Amino acid sequence: MGKRILRAHAWLVYVFLYAPILVVVVLAFNRGRQVLVWEGFSLKWFGTALRDPTLTEPLRNSLMIAGGNAAIACVLGTLLALALPHMRPWLRVPIDALAYMTLVTPEIVFGISALIFFVQVGSWFGVTSPLGLWTVLVAHVVFNASVVALVVRARFVGMGTQLEEASFDLGAGPVATFRQVTLPQLAPAVLAGGLLAFTFSFDDFITSFFVAGAGTTTLPLRIFASLRFGVSPAINAMAAMILALTLTAVVVAYAVLRRTGSGRSTVIPGV
Amino acid sequence: MPVGVEEPKRRRRGPRARAGGPRYPGWLSLPAVSWYALFFVGPLAIMAAYSFAQTVGFTGVAFTWNLDNYRSLWDPLYGAIFTRTLWLSLIGTGLCLAIGFPFAYYIARYSTRKTLMLMLVIVPFWTSFLIRTYSWLIILDPGFVLMRALRAIGIGHGGTILFTEKAIYVGVAYNYLPLMILPVYGALERMDWSLVDAAYDLGDGPLRAFRRVTLPLVLPGVVAGSLLVFIPLTGEYLIPVILGGDKTMFTGQLIAQQFLEARDWPFGSAIAMVVIGALTAALLVYVRAAGKQEQYG
Repeated sequence: MGKRILRAHAWLVYVFLYAPILVVVVLAFNRGRQVLVWEGFSLKWFGTALRDPTLTEPLRNSLMIAGGNAAIACVLGTLLALALPHMRPWLRVPIDALAYMTLVTPEIVFGISALIFFVQVGSWFGVTSPLGLWTVLVAHVVFNASVVALVVRARFVGMGTQLEEASFDLGAGPVATFRQVTLPQLAPAVLAGGLLAFTFSFDDFITSFFVAGAGTTTLPLRIFASLRFGVSPAINAMAAMILALTLTAVVVAYAVLRRTGSGRSTVIPGV
Repeated sequence: MPVGVEEPKRRRRGPRARAGGPRYPGWLSLPAVSWYALFFVGPLAIMAAYSFAQTVGFTGVAFTWNLDNYRSLWDPLYGAIFTRTLWLSLIGTGLCLAIGFPFAYYIARYSTRKTLMLMLVIVPFWTSFLIRTYSWLIILDPGFVLMRALRAIGIGHGGTILFTEKAIYVGVAYNYLPLMILPVYGALERMDWSLVDAAYDLGDGPLRAFRRVTLPLVLPGVVAGSLLVFIPLTGEYLIPVILGGDKTMFTGQLIAQQFLEARDWPFGSAIAMVVIGALTAALLVYVRAAGKQEQYG
């Protein structure tokens, strides 16, 4: 009896989790101008969204930031994951704590502190308006390096050392071993971490909201601004495309991690 | 030489110690640590300094090093906002627990496809927070199917919940649920269910067995999930702005206001410092409690 109630509850939770996403996607295909009234199937709003320069320019900005962010975060995060397991505890524990803090600090606190930092440091160097694409990029890398580090580290610790030892036994040096043995084994985790970092940055609102400055708009900022006038079909179409892109990235990341049997942790969801 | 070789001596393999493998030198962490130091610790430090400063003119700041900003926080107006935020965080955490615990329990104990079911919870979490939030603008709209159906069966009789605190709680439960489910599931998955059977055999009813056996064993997961929900909720900005129509003010909006409209950055920094201070205190309590838990096994 209790089991059946629990199962019904579980189904309701899935409906709760997916219905809103589904509603946005379905309404993106609505022909009518009004969001709430279904007037038949049409793809026209996707065309409208992709021809609207006030949407495509933020889209380009978001893609550039998310891509650059993922690349930098992959390098920083992977190196950090490699270095941490062998560090002495008095060094490792604070660095670990710092990495976690970048993920758990309420984003609005980080957002405003980054804003103050960029403006203040800019003024010390005589730059009057330092905010723009690059400040968003720099701020995003802070927490995304931690995301990559978590994913890669789980894999690194979980993969054991037999192959690396074998490589040493066969006469390969440390650098050759890293290139030929360790890195190929880590690659799926680096890729997955990079995809998650891309998604995280692409979808970020709060941090970008504060450090983007007046002249720079990312896609989430643009969507937020348009909500003041209510939801529009073109915004729904753009949202559906964002969902498709990020869902693909996350599912690929997940599949890569599962296929290669990386370690799991529940510290941050999905990693 | 970037990588050294450890002598092939057998040692106990802890989860962290990769004994026997190549030793990667600590300086590989330098790029990331410098990035954190410069762009995370640095900003927080400057923000801390700002919280002791005063605005001069329209945009200038003078470092006066006094507590005036903190003193102005002792105002019933701000006190009400802090209290409301505390309640939002507490009720939001309670909601996620109430919905998430039975769900995690079902998956951990009865589901035959655990990983798939869990992945289905995680995937929406990684999609845009903004889109997930604004989708409720549509769903809760009085003109949308759901509200019309609710009115038809007599619930909500014409009243709307969009742009009220109810809508905020719907958005909170929706967005933060996965953060609760995952750690709770993690704890439940490690449960030894034969212990519950033993409690039954010894005469416990289901509720008593739950309270005396299951709950103590999964409590760490419940606490971890609660923190993961509670902490970001204290600074929540988007949900009250979008679903609450920016009518009910919480700490997140108060901070944002100082930076976007009032342009009183030092005061905004002081509010943020209070948030950080409160959270640090809560975390310290948790760490101490968790430490004790470990001591007793």
